[in-house]
Amino acid sequence: MEVQKTALYNIHKNLGAKFVPFAGYEMPIQYKDGVVKEHISTRTYAGFFDVSHMGQFFLEGDETLTEALEKIIPADLKSLKINHSKYSFLLNNDGGIIDDLIVTKTEKGFCIILNAACKENDIKQISKFLEKKHKYLLNNDLSLIALQGPKSVEILEKLIPGVSNLKFMTGNNFDYDNENLYITRSGYTGEDGFEISISNKKVEKLISFLISNQVKPIGLGARDTLRLEAGLCLYGHDLNEKINPIEANLKWAIAKKRKDVGGFNGWDKIKNLLTNGSEKIRIGIKPEGKVIARENTKIFSTEGNEIGLVTSGTFGPSVNAPVAMGYVKSNFAKAGTPIKLEIRGKKYGGIVSDLPFYKKNYVK
Amino acid sequence: MSEKKFSKKHEWVSLDGDVATVGITKHATELLGDIVFAEVPDAGKPLEKEGQAAVVESTKAASDVYSPISGEVTEGNKAIVDDPSSINSDPEGASWFFKLKVKDKGEFESLMSKEEYDKFCKENPN
Repeated sequence: MEVQKTALYNIHKNLGAKFVPFAGYEMPIQYKDGVVKEHISTRTYAGFFDVSHMGQFFLEGDETLTEALEKIIPADLKSLKINHSKYSFLLNNDGGIIDDLIVTKTEKGFCIILNAACKENDIKQISKFLEKKHKYLLNNDLSLIALQGPKSVEILEKLIPGVSNLKFMTGNNFDYDNENLYITRSGYTGEDGFEISISNKKVEKLISFLISNQVKPIGLGARDTLRLEAGLCLYGHDLNEKINPIEANLKWAIAKKRKDVGGFNGWDKIKNLLTNGSEKIRIGIKPEGKVIARENTKIFSTEGNEIGLVTSGTFGPSVNAPVAMGYVKSNFAKAGTPIKLEIRGKKYGGIVSDLPFYKKNYVK
Repeated sequence: MSEKKFSKKHEWVSLDGDVATVGITKHATELLGDIVFAEVPDAGKPLEKEGQAAVVESTKAASDVYSPISGEVTEGNKAIVDDPSSINSDPEGASWFFKLKVKDKGEFESLMSKEEYDKFCKENPN
C-alpha cells in the first residue's frame, strides 16, 4: 500500500517536521522544538495537532441506525442528545475492544472518530449491523485539527465566535470563511481544547491563523507523552481485541442502562466481569527514580512473582518523572502497591499509581 | 588532552595519558531528541571495544552506548544521571559518559578523525 499523506504534509515539512510512518501515513513525530518543549507549550499555552489520519465516519439513518450501532457500541446512543459526544468502543463477541472512539450525535445520525490504524476494519465490523437504508461515509475530504491547551479557547474564539460556549464533550456547526465547520470541545491531552473538522481546502488557512497566534505544531511524540500523563489509552498498545473494557478499567464508559439491559457484543462476558471482577486490570505506574519502563516491561511483585506487563511508558515532562501504564493481576491494582519492573535484566522499584498522573479541569 | 576521535556508533573519545573520556556526539543527540534518562558504568567495570557500556533514553526510545575502545572504567559521570537533559545541551563537553583506563592506544588511533566522522554522518544521515 502506498504511504498516505495528510493535506498539511507540506506545511509540516516547512515547519521542520521529522516524519515517521504511522498507520499507513507519513506523520510528524516532532518539529524543531522537540518533544519536551512541544509538550510544555501545549500545557502552558496551546498547540495544534494534525490528526487528519483518523477516520471521520458519518452515518445517517433513523432510530433503526441507533439500534444497529448499539449492538456493537455499549454507549447509550438512544439517549444521546444532538451535538453531544461520548467516549466508547467497538466490541467483539468476546467483549474485546476492536477500537476505541468518540461518537457524536448529529442531526441526521452519528459521527464517529476512529483510530487511523483501525478505521478500515472498524467500518467492516460496523457495517455488519447496518441495513441498506442506512447511509455511511468515511469522509477523506475533511481534515481534523486538534487545538489543545489553556489558551485554545481564547485564540479560537477570535476566529470563530461562539466556540467558547461549547461544553466539554459537546460540539456544534460554525461558519468559517464561507464554509460550515464542525467543532467539538474535546481532545487527547488532558487539557481544554477543541477538535476541528474542516475541509482539506481550508485547513491551511486555519493553520496559518493558529501559527500567527503563536500556537506551536505538536507531533506524535508529544501527543503520546501528553495522553499518557492524562491517563488516556492508546489503541494497539494499552487496548486491543483481547482486552475488554472491564480489564481496561474503562467500565465508566459503558452506559449504566446498557450494563443492566445489555444487547451488545460481549455483554455476557462483561456482565460476568462486572459482578465477579477481572483477573487483570489496567493501572498507572510510577517507576522509582528516572528509569523508564517502556512497553513490554515485565512487572513483578515484591516477592518476585511475575504479575503483569507495561503497555505504555515514557518520561512525563509535566510530571517531571517517568510514567507508565500496564496490566497487573487485580489483587496488586491498589494505588500505592509497591512493584518491581524488569528493565535491561535488572529489577527496579515502582508503585501502582492512580490515573491520571496529571490533572486539569475540563470546562463542564 | 588529545583531539577527539569518533566511532561509527556516534561516540567521541579523547585521551589524556592512558585515560580516555567517552561521550556521545552532538549528531547523536540530534537523532535521539530530548534525553530523559542515562545510565553510566561503575568504576572498575571492564569494557570491551564496541561492547555495551551505558544507556541513553529519549522520550521516544532507549539506545545503548558502546565503548569505542577497551579498558577499565575509572569513573561514570553522575551529573548526567542526575540531569539527563544536560546531554542535549553539552554532549561533547561537560556531559561525557565515562572515563576508562585504556589497554591499547592503537584502538584510539584507529578511530575516525573529526573530518572523517562528519563525512560519515553526511553519508549515513540516520
